[in-house]
Amino acid sequence: MTDISRDEDQRVSVQPVAIGNGAGVFDLHHPPSDELISDCVHCGFCLPTCPTYALWGEEMDSPRGRIYLMKLGKEGKVPLDDTYTQHFDMCLGCMACVTACPSGVQYDKLIEAVRPQLERNRRRSLTDRLFRGMIFALFPYPSRLRVAAVLGELYRRLGLRSLLHRTGLVSLLPRRLQAVEALMPPAKLRHLATRTPAVTLAVGTTRRRVGFLTGCVQRVFFADVNQATVRVLTAEGCEVVAPPTQRCCGALSEHAGREPEALDRARGLIDAFAEVEVDTIVANVAGCGSTLKEYGRLLRDDPDYADRAAAFSAKVQDVSELLAELGPVAERHPIEARLAYHDACHLGHAQGVRSQPRDVLRTIPGLQVTDIPEAEICCGSAGIYNLVHPEPAEELGRRKVDNVLSVKPDALATANPGCLLQIRRYWPGELPMFHPVELLDASIRGVDPIAAATARSGRPRLDARTAEPGSF
Amino acid sequence: MTTYTEEYRELVAETPRGAVTAAFREEVAAVVSPGGLISEPAQLHTYECDGLTGYRVTPALVVLPATTEEVAAVVRLCARHRIPFVARGAGTGLSGGALPVADGIVIGLARMRKMLSVDVDNQRAVVQPGVTNAGISAAVGGHDLYFAPDPSSQIVCTIGGNVAENSGGAHCLKYGFTTNHVLALTFVTPDGDVVTLGGDSTDQLGPDLRAVVLGSEGTLGIVTEITVRLLRRPEAVRTLVADFPDAEQAGNAVSDLVAAGIVPAAVEMLDELAIEACEKAVQAGYTLGSPAALVVELDGVEAEVEEEFERVQEICRRNASTHIRIAGDPVERAKVWKGRKAAFAAMGRISPDYFVQDGVIPRTKLGSTLTRIREMSDAAGLRVANVFHAGDGNLHPLVLYDAAVPGQAEQAEHLATAIVELCVEQGGSITGEHGVGSDKACSMVKMFGPDDLTVMARIRAAFDPQGLCNPGKVLPTPRLCGERPGPYRPHPLESAGIIERL
Repeated sequence: MTDISRDEDQRVSVQPVAIGNGAGVFDLHHPPSDELISDCVHCGFCLPTCPTYALWGEEMDSPRGRIYLMKLGKEGKVPLDDTYTQHFDMCLGCMACVTACPSGVQYDKLIEAVRPQLERNRRRSLTDRLFRGMIFALFPYPSRLRVAAVLGELYRRLGLRSLLHRTGLVSLLPRRLQAVEALMPPAKLRHLATRTPAVTLAVGTTRRRVGFLTGCVQRVFFADVNQATVRVLTAEGCEVVAPPTQRCCGALSEHAGREPEALDRARGLIDAFAEVEVDTIVANVAGCGSTLKEYGRLLRDDPDYADRAAAFSAKVQDVSELLAELGPVAERHPIEARLAYHDACHLGHAQGVRSQPRDVLRTIPGLQVTDIPEAEICCGSAGIYNLVHPEPAEELGRRKVDNVLSVKPDALATANPGCLLQIRRYWPGELPMFHPVELLDASIRGVDPIAAATARSGRPRLDARTAEPGSF
Repeated sequence: MTTYTEEYRELVAETPRGAVTAAFREEVAAVVSPGGLISEPAQLHTYECDGLTGYRVTPALVVLPATTEEVAAVVRLCARHRIPFVARGAGTGLSGGALPVADGIVIGLARMRKMLSVDVDNQRAVVQPGVTNAGISAAVGGHDLYFAPDPSSQIVCTIGGNVAENSGGAHCLKYGFTTNHVLALTFVTPDGDVVTLGGDSTDQLGPDLRAVVLGSEGTLGIVTEITVRLLRRPEAVRTLVADFPDAEQAGNAVSDLVAAGIVPAAVEMLDELAIEACEKAVQAGYTLGSPAALVVELDGVEAEVEEEFERVQEICRRNASTHIRIAGDPVERAKVWKGRKAAFAAMGRISPDYFVQDGVIPRTKLGSTLTRIREMSDAAGLRVANVFHAGDGNLHPLVLYDAAVPGQAEQAEHLATAIVELCVEQGGSITGEHGVGSDKACSMVKMFGPDDLTVMARIRAAFDPQGLCNPGKVLPTPRLCGERPGPYRPHPLESAGIIERL
């Protein structure tokens, strides 16, 4: 065995690349499988749902084209160069194509096999490595995120932000840093000290004992979503266990092809939950939940963890899945509003969870839940995509915002913080945005956060039946 | 009998062609918008086939123009340098119509996907060729309008491709093909001129060149704007499945329907074997053991549909229908259609291998042709299943065989050929809706005599004297023809009940 890995962090012992070893330009550590590749019959039904095909109309930036490139790579007919790599880098990993494919092609498994290959076998430019290194040195660490959040708040409150924007200096930043600057969510300082309790007892009869994944960005910037999740779960009869030792689940690393890092994090999380006896493990972040459900596959080669990982994955549910399955017991109070529901790709496409969040939201009296046109097309957030590929992400973000605008909602709900930040960035003005569980929590507590937010912003509530187009 | 005339051979003979050089690439780059030129080898490979992956040719260059002017400029360069070009939409065709030409370029229209205008009052829209078929209906759905042709791949196939193939769909029996729904075309001729064919009204003055171009599979030029007709959505839709004691009586029922002046939106027929296969695959609720079943769909004004639906049932009963199942709601209607559309791929459930044939016969000869097919099937000792669009006589005999039995594949192929020859004998056709393209060009001689082919070649030469526009498609190239077709393999979309081979 020869170590051909170039990136110190991404060391995996693999066979050298050689044409004729059966894997073409790929190494022998799980190259995309011929069987999965041959499932694609080139029908093109994936094209209309692929965000990059929607942007550029280019075959090689479509799922069908990317699978074709994988096949060429396997056959050793093309070099593993920048051109080749770029088309996989451009894939958002939204998995809309998996939903659209009538032949059941598992593009998710294919792209997740290719990405680690590229990370191992292709050297990125220095700036690219530095930027990605920064992301992965920051996001998976809540403690570091808290520091960043404080700095971010200082940047805002000291007027630096408005100065940079007023003077136009912000436009001198590289596009990627502009994206970081613009997407950075405002932190509520009181939340920075908040921790989810290790155990929260159910209200009334305990119907289920659930483990709760608190997330990284989620627990720092969206601590109120976590609090709402715990309140709703307990109100619905769940005892909520949140092991304090839990760390990043590895979703960001996994989606970026940083396999060894992702596997380490997966093992760590399995260990963190090994201590607690729970029936279900609940995630309230679409991207995290979809990776938790993949642990079994990710750790299939690890004799110590393979079985435990499979058992872990089998227990994972998105919070809306669990709530839909349990059925409501807590009383709901009305929230009179028109709510646009945005399917996060990693909930809808990757986990197939579409009806449950809608059903759960519809248990709120007075709430009119509306779908968005082109719901299947990604908003451009896609993990770290809007940071590393800001231009296409912006086009997709604006496209999504136009589609949300077209249904004239009073508020928007989505189960992924990335989507929420992305849509907020391109929204013209103020739109109250929520995780579905926050609305449920409000309804159970008898408050109306949509009316409150509307009153605060002074914006008259839009009535879809009377509002004229262009009134935004 | 000679297959080709001397004139034909001369007309389709390959003329000397230019080469795609670096200088040519630069000239092309100068006339298209940034990002509109694809020339990296890995990228070019992804354009080497369309939905028919059996044939592959890597193009020398792919161009993605954004406007009619850009298309014309690129075509002018091709004409000047004698570079062959192939237009491509979504690349979903199943006959290899968008197969590139070696040393030629592909002109992809995927970036031209704007709805240019919608005229609600006059029920017209002007669209670019890269708009999807379903995209047109979606864009005008708010006005209660739709674009009638509904090929099964409508969510992805583009209107440009529909124009090239003259696509139909399950409902073309009542509503006709794309040609019946296209008023005008902006057309780039193979020398790069931009002309308008047709006009705003359905009445064309002079020879209808719009109709000549429609269905020419991209061999006469490139369409860059399409004026389509839009229809009002029908007020009511009713669907039934009627079982019959034999195919002949089902066929008679179809003839009686038509004779009674009823124009169903769709009439489909399945025989016993086809029903068995469908039920095994999809459980759509067809009656197992019924020798034949008709699916009849009516749409239109509520009162009219209701009255005619009664008459359809009466006609079925009069023709000895043993059972009539009425789809009570849209869900059940979808189930009926899913069963019908899965029929082809479902054959795998009752036979290890099979050939699909695609023939058209005059509707009046339905009963007698089916009887002849059964006789041929019995004589050969092979089972033949039948699924077809009974309304317009589009037959799909499926010859079932087992390749593991020595000699059976050849026997089956022979029977399949004999059946299609029978269709031609009956005054029908070998070609179905998914076009001639690369796949069936060599079969054209089975349907057309030397003079027919010569006239077609003359028309093509009149548009494209240099033979640069999608060469090698539709019209057989004598040098290349004579290959035998391979066995039928179901497309997974058929298995899923999403598409059907017509």
